[in-house]
Amino acid sequence: MNDMTPSQAERAEKLQGMGCKRKRVEDIRFVQGKGNYVDDLKLPGMLYGDFTRSPYGHARIKKIDATKAKAVPGVLAVLTAADLKPLSLHYMPTLAGDVAAVLAEEKVLYQNQEVAFVIAEDRYAAADAAELVEVEYEALPVLVDPFKAMAPDAPVLREDIKDKTDGAHGKRKHYNHIFAWEIGDKEATDQAFKKAEVTIKELISYQRVHPCPLETCQCVASFDKIRGELTLWGTFQAPHVIRTVASLISKIPEHKIHVIAPDIGGGFGNKVGAYPGYICAVVASIVTGRPVKWVEDRIENLSTTSFARDYHMTTEIAATKDGKVTGLRVHVLADHGAFDACADPSKWPAGFFNIVTGSYDFPVAHCAVDGVYTNKAPGGVAYRCSFRVTEAAYCIERAMDILAQKLGMDPAELRMKNLVRKEQFPYQSALGWEYDSGDYHAAMQKAMDTVGYQKLRAEQKAKQESFRRGETRELMGIGVIFFTEIVGAGPSRNCDILGIAMFDSAEIRIHPTGAVIARMGTKSQGQGHETTYAQIIATELGLPADDITIEEGNTDTAPYGLGTYGSRSTPTAGAATAMAARKIKAKAQMIAADLLEVSEYDLEWDVDRFRVKGNPERFKTMKELAWAAYNRVPKGLEPGLEAVNYYDPPNMTYPFGAYICVVDVDVDTGVTKVRRFYALDDCGTRINPMIIEGQIHGGLTEAFGIAMGQEIRYDEVGNVTGPSFMDYFMPTAVETPKWETDWTTTPSPHHPIGAKGVGESPNVGGVPCFANAVNDAFKFLGSTHIPMPHDHWRTWMAADKLGLHG
Amino acid sequence: MAKTPITLKVNGKPVDGLVEPRTLLIHFLREQLNLTGPHIGCDTSHCGACTVDLNGKSVKSCTMFAVQANGADVLTIEGMAAPDGTLHALQEGFREMHGLQCGYCTPGMIMRGYRLLKENPNPSEDEIRFGISGNLCRCTGYQNIVKAIQYAAAKLAGAPVKEAAE
Repeated sequence: MNDMTPSQAERAEKLQGMGCKRKRVEDIRFVQGKGNYVDDLKLPGMLYGDFTRSPYGHARIKKIDATKAKAVPGVLAVLTAADLKPLSLHYMPTLAGDVAAVLAEEKVLYQNQEVAFVIAEDRYAAADAAELVEVEYEALPVLVDPFKAMAPDAPVLREDIKDKTDGAHGKRKHYNHIFAWEIGDKEATDQAFKKAEVTIKELISYQRVHPCPLETCQCVASFDKIRGELTLWGTFQAPHVIRTVASLISKIPEHKIHVIAPDIGGGFGNKVGAYPGYICAVVASIVTGRPVKWVEDRIENLSTTSFARDYHMTTEIAATKDGKVTGLRVHVLADHGAFDACADPSKWPAGFFNIVTGSYDFPVAHCAVDGVYTNKAPGGVAYRCSFRVTEAAYCIERAMDILAQKLGMDPAELRMKNLVRKEQFPYQSALGWEYDSGDYHAAMQKAMDTVGYQKLRAEQKAKQESFRRGETRELMGIGVIFFTEIVGAGPSRNCDILGIAMFDSAEIRIHPTGAVIARMGTKSQGQGHETTYAQIIATELGLPADDITIEEGNTDTAPYGLGTYGSRSTPTAGAATAMAARKIKAKAQMIAADLLEVSEYDLEWDVDRFRVKGNPERFKTMKELAWAAYNRVPKGLEPGLEAVNYYDPPNMTYPFGAYICVVDVDVDTGVTKVRRFYALDDCGTRINPMIIEGQIHGGLTEAFGIAMGQEIRYDEVGNVTGPSFMDYFMPTAVETPKWETDWTTTPSPHHPIGAKGVGESPNVGGVPCFANAVNDAFKFLGSTHIPMPHDHWRTWMAADKLGLHG
Repeated sequence: MAKTPITLKVNGKPVDGLVEPRTLLIHFLREQLNLTGPHIGCDTSHCGACTVDLNGKSVKSCTMFAVQANGADVLTIEGMAAPDGTLHALQEGFREMHGLQCGYCTPGMIMRGYRLLKENPNPSEDEIRFGISGNLCRCTGYQNIVKAIQYAAAKLAGAPVKEAAE
């Protein structure tokens, strides 16, 4: 080192590594309209597919006549179940161990279910012809209420499996029953309730919603008959899994299937699974010998491809009268729709719902889940959350508020009293998880101090008094929550999808000039992977992030991975990236030792170089070592500088946070204004604070949408009402509150860089926070639980029920 | 179906087209002119991903027939950067302020921001929020989009640009 050598800080800054607010590399193309999304793809001779869908919620198909449709100029073919059946493709396996219809064979089981697939020269002709496919139906009794699914006289929905007594997860109790799953110590929990000084019980329902990315699900399939190869471009959050599934279903060898996920316009869980459109496009391409594009429209998206939630959670807490929780008991009725198409790891039919003890030290707990079929679209995906985690967070956070109300305690005080203590980590939860790290009390205290919690409560009290005196018609609500997420699925010992362990991967290749290409098994849908993975490598290897290209989504070139959902990219592929970089660094150290003629152990790492201990002027930069790797390597060492890592995480990661929300509710209109929303998140090591903040803003906005208005509703005959942006609540910039964000940092002890993942925390914490705020506004009037969504009408109804309208 | 000839100006260049009367402007732009910047997000005019500037107004190109654009002057996201590749202040602002994530709404959002700043070069935060309320974003929560437009407004006015993204 000499006077000309830039300081460590200067060199580190140049790298744009971890911890800096690096601007996103993706943005250069996106702000110029040069993204490359599926529908942008145009291939010579490309055809378009469109579906004829069921107008009925439940009906027998008597006859399908495609004569008129086939007569439309430009129409090449119309596929029905009769065409797919000889290929055994009229049903497809789901990730949950069930099958789902690709095209309805004898019955339709939900409105807008796929019945026929029209293939035409352009999308207009396809749409015209889809309208002309004549289907004769015989209407059947419809089941939309999951609470009636297992009634003795309930209509039989799934005739294909009605006599099957065993499902993918054990015994079925009824022909409309899918699975029963339970966890925890039932006896000890029952005992805790027997002995309890105070108990609460509430049915807490989480309505059916939809992830609704701005880009719908779509694909282009192109089958090359000469080579026997299939290329499938699509909006895939998990492209490698899609390739394996495509191979298993189609029997095309996996090396002859090229799955490519280009830029994706948001996913939020909607784009994990496989849909009839993908299969029909592939079959259509095989049949016609031409590429076939399928793009769903918004109504199709909201009403068919993967809803989320529809979880009905009967929740009980036992506690002492001074507010120490002693037991938790939850029974969930899970409405999975017509097919079990949840996208959970195989062994977890209710996802990680057993995170339902939340952030609290419950000595015992028991949880049981029953999944049932109804005449609704299939799904049950994780809409911006890890598997069933937002359901669990909503459940426990509402229940804790209800308990606080019963005890006459402040909800924040009740939480403080029961939060897992810092010294208890790693913490074994009553329902089987090992929470990796946290300082919950510090986070909660920081949140309360920052918003001036006590002052807000005093203001609320004064407002309640003036409300009682008739001086105001406005109520003030304060929502407080503390959430613990479980993300980064997951360890191979308990997480797999279709038998494939849920590891993830990174392959890093250093070119002679020190420029880098790295590929991962994950797939960004807006999370900024091209920016942040490069930051990890930059810090690990001392090469500038700007010289590192990150590539994902092409299954021919990327190492196998399980994809991006459940906030798993950073915990799994982020870890793989660091581990692969460390392999490269170890080799570079050997090369450096040889060049500097010292022992490896005499070298130390210094930002972007190895230097000789005690003699910092003797060093080799990583860039020099990259050149040397292709030029002159020590004897016995292979040339080149690259590494791959498949990372099997030892545990999940457990991000957490404390959120506080203040709302003002007009009892005469039901209009609820969010005055303030403060979110403190702890996601462990922070890779790019700018991107973290962006993720939190977005997740909170989605939480706001869910809590304050989103619902996929069905009427009693199975019509899905309002599956368009006319009715489904999409917050605009006007309604969306302003977000205040904050953080603490508790690194994960088992992750190579200590990062935990963050993309979904704000949705998990945000939903109960809004719900608690609205409920908090009314509780001094005797209200216990007002269910979501808290739109103006429902809030007005809640006020009306309390007799507030005279 | 019989086709109708149309002539219009797109991103400063004259364009001839032959379209069915029912061809939507968005499909004409995307599929005939290969301008795939404008996107389709909803088919019902709610989301604004297809927004282009047409004769000095923000237009949702999924809700207009291509024949209605006959004779029009259309500007899309592809026409925003200077010929030498220099980004427009809005494009720069969106990147600087982290005003985008998946990028799908971004072209429409920038085109709406463009017209908004023509109509009101110095908008308040509320005016920006109202001004872009016909454009939906599922990723950002709008906060940084507002900042991106403020950044562009300041830059276009020659004022110093302040405050980086959070």
